[in-house]
Amino acid sequence: MARIIGALTSSHIPSIGNAISNGKQEDAYWKPFFDGYKPVLEWLDREQPDVAIVLYNDHGLNFFLNNLPTFAVGAAAEYITKDEGWGLPVFPPYKGYPEMSWHVIESLIEQEFDIAMCQEMAMDHAFINPMRLFWPNENPPKIKTIPVAINTVQFPLPRPARCYALGKAIGNAVASWPTDEKVVVIGTGGMSHQLDGERAGFINKKFDEMCMQALLNDPEKLTQYSALELVREAGAQGAEIIMWLAARGALQGRVSKIHSSYHIPISNTAAGVLALANN
Amino acid sequence: MFTASPIQTIQQPPQLIPGTYIFDGRMAMKAYNLNRMCYSFNSAENRKKFKAFPEAYCHSYHLPREQIHAVTDLDVLRMLQLGGNIYYLAKLTGIYGMTVQDLGAQQTGLSLDEFRAMLASQA
Repeated sequence: MARIIGALTSSHIPSIGNAISNGKQEDAYWKPFFDGYKPVLEWLDREQPDVAIVLYNDHGLNFFLNNLPTFAVGAAAEYITKDEGWGLPVFPPYKGYPEMSWHVIESLIEQEFDIAMCQEMAMDHAFINPMRLFWPNENPPKIKTIPVAINTVQFPLPRPARCYALGKAIGNAVASWPTDEKVVVIGTGGMSHQLDGERAGFINKKFDEMCMQALLNDPEKLTQYSALELVREAGAQGAEIIMWLAARGALQGRVSKIHSSYHIPISNTAAGVLALANN
Repeated sequence: MFTASPIQTIQQPPQLIPGTYIFDGRMAMKAYNLNRMCYSFNSAENRKKFKAFPEAYCHSYHLPREQIHAVTDLDVLRMLQLGGNIYYLAKLTGIYGMTVQDLGAQQTGLSLDEFRAMLASQA
């Protein structure tokens, strides 16, 4: 049976993509941020996972308000990238894994997660940037991917507790997949930031630090928040921490920290990365 | 093509979180076409068309006058108040090369340097 070896959670700030493309990893502004990924890259290099299940939020590329699923699972052989409207590069498609996608979909529905199923999906920076951070030397990486989109655009957003339960259900689905493949679950977004409104620029270091700690050893604590409470504490887009919580939900074993890093600011955002092993 | 329905006079509740616009159904009802127009900016060709004749492009999406003014003024707070969603509005402001820090400075009334200093001060 397939095995989830860990969860990687990371900010997906658009400007990261340009920094990578322009080779700015050693610039003073970017160095502390990129250095924060090095121990995670070493872990990935050792572990060589076969599949990445990527929980991310679409930013108005694949989904519009006419037809917006709360949870959507990709079941495509490949995932294209497309022009998002402000000049980020378009890349060759990421590799899918439709057989396992359909298994996950069937298992989720069986577990009463009535998700949308997508045989075509275009990926935006929320998927691409973490993939480029975690697999910096391959574009696209050879790892097979299953994207899972969570709505953060249109309220009502799913409850954080529900996102955590979705992660658990994904963990169950992987556990019943009959190969010995190694799976890593990735949650993207966050940490605290707010782009819009008079409160733009809001960052909450204390709350982010609490989240990092809770994700390691007390994730249930974060399920007590409502989505609106997350907005209040972490900023309008800081609510993206629900993807981290969903990724954490997929870990059913003994969880230990591989590495974490936190840096303020990148763009308007408190940037964070957290890598958890699942034994 | 959708035609704009007159915007209902809906009592706007006070902000639950000060300085924060929650894009719920109430907001979504106000500006479907504005957000739809901004979504069209995923296409380079549409960005070019808009930039050549912004008002005409707005008209083709049946935007009401006050939304057109907010768009041509690139007034982010006004667009938010009128029902714009930041994920889509960012595609509009991106046409003019505005970064999220430029948006932050504009919305907080700070200069770009002041806004950056405010961000850094939270480290």
